[in-house]
Amino acid sequence: MKCAGFATVPLLLAGCKGPLSTLSPAGPIAQDIAWLWWALLAGAALLALLVFVLVALSFGRPREVPEKRWTFGLGVWFSLAVLTLTLAAALWVGERILPHGPALEVHAHARQWSWTFSHPGAQGPNEAEGVLHIPAGQPVDVLITSSDVIHSFWVPQLGGKMDAIPGRQNRLRIEATRPGTYEGLCAEFCGLEHASMRFEVIAHDPADWPPASLPVSPPLSPPALMEAPRP
Amino acid sequence: MIPNDVAAIPPNPPRRALHLHRELDIVWRNGPGLWGQITSVSHTTLGLRFMGTAFVFFGIGGLLAMLIRAQLATPQSAFLDTALYNQIFTMHGSIMMFLFAIPMLEGLAMYLLPKMLGTRDLAFPRLSALGYWCYLLGGSILILALLAGVAPGDGWFMYTPLSGKTYSPGINADVWLLGVTFVEISALAAAIELMVSILRLRAPGMKLTQMPLFAWYILGTAAMMLAGFPPLILGSVLLEMERAFGWPFFDPERGGDPLLWQHLFWLFGHPEVYIIFLPAAGVLSTVIPVLSRTTIVGYGAIVAAILGMVFLSFGLWVHHMFTVGIPHLALAFFSAASMLVAVPTAVQIFAWIGTMWRGRPELKLPMLYVLGFFFTFVMGGLTGVMLAVVPFNWQAHDTAFVTAHLHYVLIGGFVFPMLAGVTWWMPLMSGRRRIRGLGESAFWLILIGFHGTFFLMHLTGLMGMPRRIPTYADNPEWMLLNLSSSFFGFVMTIGFALFTIDLILQAGFGKRSVRDPWHAPSLDWAMALPPPNYNFASLPGVELQKAGAADAMLKLARGEGFLPGAPRGRREILVTSVGSARPEHVALLPFNTALPLVVAFAICAFVLLMLGGFYAVAPVALIPVAGLIWAWARRAVAAVDAAPVEIAPGLLLPVHPANGATLTQSGLVSLLFANGTFFASLLFGLAFLTLVSPGPPVPAWQADGTVLLAAIAVLALLAAGTLGGRWALARVEAGQPAGAALIGSVVANLAALVALAALALGVLPDPTRHAGDAVRAALVAYVGLHIAVAVLFSAFALDQARRGELNPAHAGSLRNWGLWQRYTLAAAALATAALWAQELTA
Repeated sequence: MKCAGFATVPLLLAGCKGPLSTLSPAGPIAQDIAWLWWALLAGAALLALLVFVLVALSFGRPREVPEKRWTFGLGVWFSLAVLTLTLAAALWVGERILPHGPALEVHAHARQWSWTFSHPGAQGPNEAEGVLHIPAGQPVDVLITSSDVIHSFWVPQLGGKMDAIPGRQNRLRIEATRPGTYEGLCAEFCGLEHASMRFEVIAHDPADWPPASLPVSPPLSPPALMEAPRP
Repeated sequence: MIPNDVAAIPPNPPRRALHLHRELDIVWRNGPGLWGQITSVSHTTLGLRFMGTAFVFFGIGGLLAMLIRAQLATPQSAFLDTALYNQIFTMHGSIMMFLFAIPMLEGLAMYLLPKMLGTRDLAFPRLSALGYWCYLLGGSILILALLAGVAPGDGWFMYTPLSGKTYSPGINADVWLLGVTFVEISALAAAIELMVSILRLRAPGMKLTQMPLFAWYILGTAAMMLAGFPPLILGSVLLEMERAFGWPFFDPERGGDPLLWQHLFWLFGHPEVYIIFLPAAGVLSTVIPVLSRTTIVGYGAIVAAILGMVFLSFGLWVHHMFTVGIPHLALAFFSAASMLVAVPTAVQIFAWIGTMWRGRPELKLPMLYVLGFFFTFVMGGLTGVMLAVVPFNWQAHDTAFVTAHLHYVLIGGFVFPMLAGVTWWMPLMSGRRRIRGLGESAFWLILIGFHGTFFLMHLTGLMGMPRRIPTYADNPEWMLLNLSSSFFGFVMTIGFALFTIDLILQAGFGKRSVRDPWHAPSLDWAMALPPPNYNFASLPGVELQKAGAADAMLKLARGEGFLPGAPRGRREILVTSVGSARPEHVALLPFNTALPLVVAFAICAFVLLMLGGFYAVAPVALIPVAGLIWAWARRAVAAVDAAPVEIAPGLLLPVHPANGATLTQSGLVSLLFANGTFFASLLFGLAFLTLVSPGPPVPAWQADGTVLLAAIAVLALLAAGTLGGRWALARVEAGQPAGAALIGSVVANLAALVALAALALGVLPDPTRHAGDAVRAALVAYVGLHIAVAVLFSAFALDQARRGELNPAHAGSLRNWGLWQRYTLAAAALATAALWAQELTA
């Protein structure tokens, strides 16, 4: 099993790319988390190997076993040391990716089964269905709301995910390093058309922000159409 | 009279084993044929039946998993339509959790514990049977709903508002809420029963600190079930009230909060993982030392680890909610707590490996599954620590990574140890040896199939595939990963099918097994194969407990232990003290009866009426339930010859305890503990809705003096009822008639019920107006229900006094009622204070 696992590693690394892959990050926040993942994976692999080797070695002749060394030494102190290290890494990365300091604020409003986004424009807020416009190269705070059930806003290449909960407003920081189009989706199961609740994030060159080519409010689709559930 | 040192009690003289067997068998055996099965209350029969039924549900759940994998094998499969797909993955999770894992561990614990503890049955045999029937009927409702196409489809954690009436208008969600709650009666029954049995039924002299580790694990499990299931049951009741009557507990527009559901659900849902893991770890702690021909390393450390897990697991439910937008400090706290729970797990893992180092492990079939456990569970535990890291969680949450992780934990940490346990105890359960070869093939197919399915699924999740989607046309990069998961999923299924065939062949065609085939030290093997319903012809003392199964077997069968045979034609067991297992009294267990099935049918009628929307009629269905429970209690107090019983030469024990608690009282204390958790969860709901929820504030009640007066009247009447009960008990203990005191109590309780009803119907604001009003009404309903039960308790005691059944040695019903009455009084007082506080903050 394990041999097969190692043999497929290069294949896997090549296959990690994708428009929704957390392993091909396109911004500093997603990049931090990706590094954290690789570090966690390396640590976990070492620990798993340690346990498997210990289990394999037990199939030898019987040995004297100092009980305290196994239960307290390995069980308590060793695992506490590893966990403390992990927690420190978690808090360090956590502090880096949390919304601290000023950022551009945009809104993401979810409903069954579509997203309405708005960002500040030159003449007031611009609204768009299914597309979120942000400037590249600077942190953006997404304010996430929902009008019916719980959804979750997720753009894997730009940062973590955050739930859209009716009656509440959540804040998630994302950032794209370079201009481009990134894919996003609803991560929390929200009913029949959950799988089709996708959206796009278009990161613009900071020089072109706010983008002139975008329609100014009123939004792309008339409100009556927006409220109707998509087929 | 009872010596403190159990080892000093002289042994009974040996008798003819066959004679003892015949005597016991007549008293303890099941009736003949199907009716005998229906009326059986034996822990051996019911334990096997729980496990067998759980295995059938496992098959159904597995079939659903194969449908999911077939759908996901290609990106745009039209195999299942989305509504059906949603029902299937919801039912897969719900079945595996509620109809497979929990009943499976209950069954194993029920079957094994009395045998390991050296007694003849569990403390409340009829309750075991009631639990089984509730499980079977509730499970059948869920399966029938699936066949009828009205199964729940909101995911197995049923998040509101999606599971609310607006977004799930059919009865699908009601099926889940009512069906699962019905099944959970069996979980609570089992928890109470196992807890009391472990604490009070251990063989004389088996100290708590010396009992088999498996019993420690089940003690921890039972405690967690008593504290863990009430929040789920409360959540389900509240959501059903919202769906049925429009009480807006979770509706943000009327002051409710969807997050309240998530808190209540995961308050159950996280401990649930450890509820499932602990018994499996108990199997490992039992099997590993014997198969390594040594003793366990670090008994004390393992016990400490179990207790650590029990406490820690209630402090980390929020790690399922890292993406709902909670304060950063709370994120850090729950992240740390989630990691900390890895410490007791590590202690156990290293204790097991140390045990294998100390001994000489034998690669028998159960050991293969133990190795499968190590290989799988360690990886699942490590991905669990990863998920406790909040930044990583924000990426992996709700993706296939989590699906992979939870299957590594549940199959690695529960299914592999359970398969080890089944293959280990199969000679005991069937009395037969297995056929060589088949089991090994099944093991390798399951192991390879499992890792083939789920190892790469971690990657699928990291590449962005969310849970619970039926198609992924835009993401060809997920296709190969999914196809390979589906392929290996079918390999795993073939493995499980082979495992089942192996079991059937062993049970049907295997050669007869020798007794104690593993040369085990524990009492579960110190009996004939398959075991008779009474387990032991006599109950082992300290010496026989330590002798090893092979040496204890013959002496026990010849009646050299305590309480040999059944010379009085009654089902007798020994009740011992909690800590040192000093024998206290002899308890008489009930004979076979169909009453549990009838009670289960009565409850089922209530559930079906609620499901059908006949809300006005449904409460009427509770009247037969109450009547049947009355009959249940009447049978328990049926007059008996209460002469003391000689359990060993010169050692007479009373049949009713002169002092010290009866089994029923211990059971009631356990029930009240669970009930208290339920009440605490309700108060948590009140506080959460009042203080944390962002919605509109509770509209003022404008409660005036009448309300205050009514509340004081209810409390005063309940206090009067309590005092009346105490007075009655004092009179009965003094040998005087207690009729007047009891009449007074019944009247006071009834008056309290009327006063509360007047308050509820007269001045309570409409509960559909706002979540604050709804939770207030729920508190009042809770208190009302408890007063109604207190009325029944006091009426029961009055009825007994009228029949002249109460005497100083037989006043248990008064003490039980006293417990309930004081609990009710305390709950009413706390509810009053909580509602007053709610008024102040409004």
